[in-house]
Amino acid sequence: MIPELGHFALWLALAVGLVQAIVPTVGYARRNLRWMSIAGAASQVQFLLVVVSYLCLSEAFRQNDFSVAYVAANSHSALPLIYRLSAVWGAHEGSLLLWLLMLSGWAFAVSIFNRRLPADISSLVLAALGAVSVGFLLFMLLTSNPFDRAFPIPLEGRDLNPLLQDPGLIIHPPMLYMGYVGFSVAFAFAIAALVTGRMDSAWARWARPWTTTAWLFLTMGITLGSWWAYNELGWGGWWFWDPVENASFMPWLVGTALIHSLAVTEKRGLLQSWTLLLSIVAFSLSLLGTFLVRSGVLVSVHAFATDPARGVFILAFLGVVVGGGLLLYAIRAPKLVRQGEMQLASREGLLLFNNVFLVVTAAMVLFGTLFPLLMDALDLGKYSVGPPYFNRMFFLLMAPLAVLVGFAGVVSWKRANLVESFKPLRLLALVAVVLGIALPFVTQGQGSVAASAGAVLAVWVLVTSVQEVWRRVRAKPSLAAGLRSVPRGAWGMTLAHIGLGVWTMGVAFASTFNVEKDVRLGSGQSADIGRYEFRFDGVTHVEGPNFKSDTGHVVVSYRGREIATLNPEKRLYPSQGSVMTEAAVDHNPLRDLYVAMGEPIDKNDANGDWALRLYYKPMMRLVWFGGVLMFFGGILAATDRRYRLAQRASASIPDGAAAA
Amino acid sequence: MRYVRYTVPVVILLLLIFLFYRGLALDPREVPSPLVGKAAPAFELPLLEPEGQSLTPKALGGRPVLVNFFASWCAGCQVEHPLLMELSKQGVEIIGMDYKDEPADVRRWLQRHGNPYRQVAIDRVGQAGLDWGVYGVPETYVLGPDGTILFKQIGPVTPQAWERDIRPLLVGAR
Repeated sequence: MIPELGHFALWLALAVGLVQAIVPTVGYARRNLRWMSIAGAASQVQFLLVVVSYLCLSEAFRQNDFSVAYVAANSHSALPLIYRLSAVWGAHEGSLLLWLLMLSGWAFAVSIFNRRLPADISSLVLAALGAVSVGFLLFMLLTSNPFDRAFPIPLEGRDLNPLLQDPGLIIHPPMLYMGYVGFSVAFAFAIAALVTGRMDSAWARWARPWTTTAWLFLTMGITLGSWWAYNELGWGGWWFWDPVENASFMPWLVGTALIHSLAVTEKRGLLQSWTLLLSIVAFSLSLLGTFLVRSGVLVSVHAFATDPARGVFILAFLGVVVGGGLLLYAIRAPKLVRQGEMQLASREGLLLFNNVFLVVTAAMVLFGTLFPLLMDALDLGKYSVGPPYFNRMFFLLMAPLAVLVGFAGVVSWKRANLVESFKPLRLLALVAVVLGIALPFVTQGQGSVAASAGAVLAVWVLVTSVQEVWRRVRAKPSLAAGLRSVPRGAWGMTLAHIGLGVWTMGVAFASTFNVEKDVRLGSGQSADIGRYEFRFDGVTHVEGPNFKSDTGHVVVSYRGREIATLNPEKRLYPSQGSVMTEAAVDHNPLRDLYVAMGEPIDKNDANGDWALRLYYKPMMRLVWFGGVLMFFGGILAATDRRYRLAQRASASIPDGAAAA
Repeated sequence: MRYVRYTVPVVILLLLIFLFYRGLALDPREVPSPLVGKAAPAFELPLLEPEGQSLTPKALGGRPVLVNFFASWCAGCQVEHPLLMELSKQGVEIIGMDYKDEPADVRRWLQRHGNPYRQVAIDRVGQAGLDWGVYGVPETYVLGPDGTILFKQIGPVTPQAWERDIRPLLVGAR
């Protein structure tokens, strides 16, 4: 009964979605305010319906209702409750429901927070979101209904993919989806701007907090995904340039560019059509991500979730939504452009360069991801594109970006004398170069060109970010007054840039000074990495709720003093017959010590010698900590006071809003 | 002419959609290999161990085997690897074809993850892979005792694929 209720709620949500998409649009065409205002109510009702549907599916999981095919395929009665609830998004159908929940949640939030926006903009934004939700609902209801019943009813579920039974995976997909889906709001704002012809600083001010919010979730989602892969896949890596990772990274890059171009559009009223294009492209790449993950066009680690038949639907959907958006852009954008004056020697000029680098990086990732498919489609042979391509290109494109970050802070808007502006940075540049070159020697006792280059960039970003705030503070009579005078948005920006610096430092060190050792150890034997000694104390057999584990005991000593006991595991999940590696990590800000279980040398004797993998990864934490800082920077920036003020100030309905 | 610029994105989109549409048609999971039912393509590749010796299809005859194209750089191979280990424990004979890889790398990889293979041949330039129609690693071929290809699994071998597609073939062929 409950699954049917959930299914029915989805059909109702579809009906409401159609109303939400059509009625306000017609209302806008006819200048009928009442019709337009239906958008808000419709999106709230739809959100409610989707919540009901989502709760129904969660309830089916909670009850172990294996008569529901999706539950039977992704749950097990021995699965802990928390994983049963997160199993809702453990596979295709439920992920879509989560996607939809977030989409309608975003629309709900828009309907609440943007009530004071001009009626034409807010109702068209909601109508565009409604149209996207209709596409997703049709996709679910026609090709991937999570509430389908199975007959005969299986006695036991096939269990959640053990890869997904990890705390990181409880929050990684929701965060990532919040980001993906959040760009739909920027997209909808772009559509509204194109339709109404209203594209100015006020528009940018409305779109900015939404975009930043989507971006911060995506940042966190990617960070968590990387952290999960590190702990769960057991080969010590944290980024693989896997197609699905790339699919999440591309919208992030374009979204980052969008945040910066929105700043230019808000402050200077420039780059309007570019900002609109980025808004459309960021969401397009999110949809593309969905397509890549769900269609099986590209094979990757995440390929357990693929189904080509559904690919056709998503492709058509992609064509309609993105094609419609871009077509509208092609027709309307030329009319929106005002010939503003743009000096390259200005902050907006540097931000334009920032955009160029970010978008080119995204294009590079897209190209690398699709190249094998492209060559195959053209019958030019089989290719694979690996990390060497991505790493090299990425460094070449990101290094100038890091340099730019430092400069942009001191260059003024409109027009600047670059030479004069850069003068205060000379000392900082010197500090960055000296400190950057010295850091590898001081902390690791050895040099490396790559690590030094990365460290120079990292220190540069850090010191220039801090000094930018410092300049603002110093201009005020007292420290307290100075700190208060810095707007929250500027704190957010600074924090995010510090995050970038921290991240760069982490990447530079973790990838250059990473030491990896494969060893064979018997109980009581030990192996060394530098001054760290890893003593293997054998394994014990542990019965988990739905798995059997060989838990290893490894005692780590530093210069003869015991500092940690690590318990890496080799888990067998009998319900799926799969073996998982749970790495054990001891970490502090300066280094990670990572141990993963390989195989017992004698397959039948778990108490004999084992193959173990030991890693020493300096500054590994900084990679994720940088992402976390960016996340909090995003929160600060999105909640800046002036966005709330901006809404109140523009609570009137402009007449003649429909520019031809 | 100013307007042409603004149509560039939509044109790119159309090209991408065309590409993806082709991509779906090309989908490795959906297209059965034209080699199924035919004799395995010839090759002569150096073995990983013992060095200096080589492997030809002749050596595979007489009993059903799995021929698994893999590589140390391949993420999907990592996914299927535990299952292969399990199968080799159960006595399934698996031949590893190390695709576009360096012997040193694969040796390390096998040491680290365990070696489920009866023999590992090094297809360093990927020529054998090309002849066998390998789309991307991992791919697994089921060979009958007479050396014909009975089935091709594209992407990681999953427990479902093993139960549904592969095991019945091995049992039938024995």
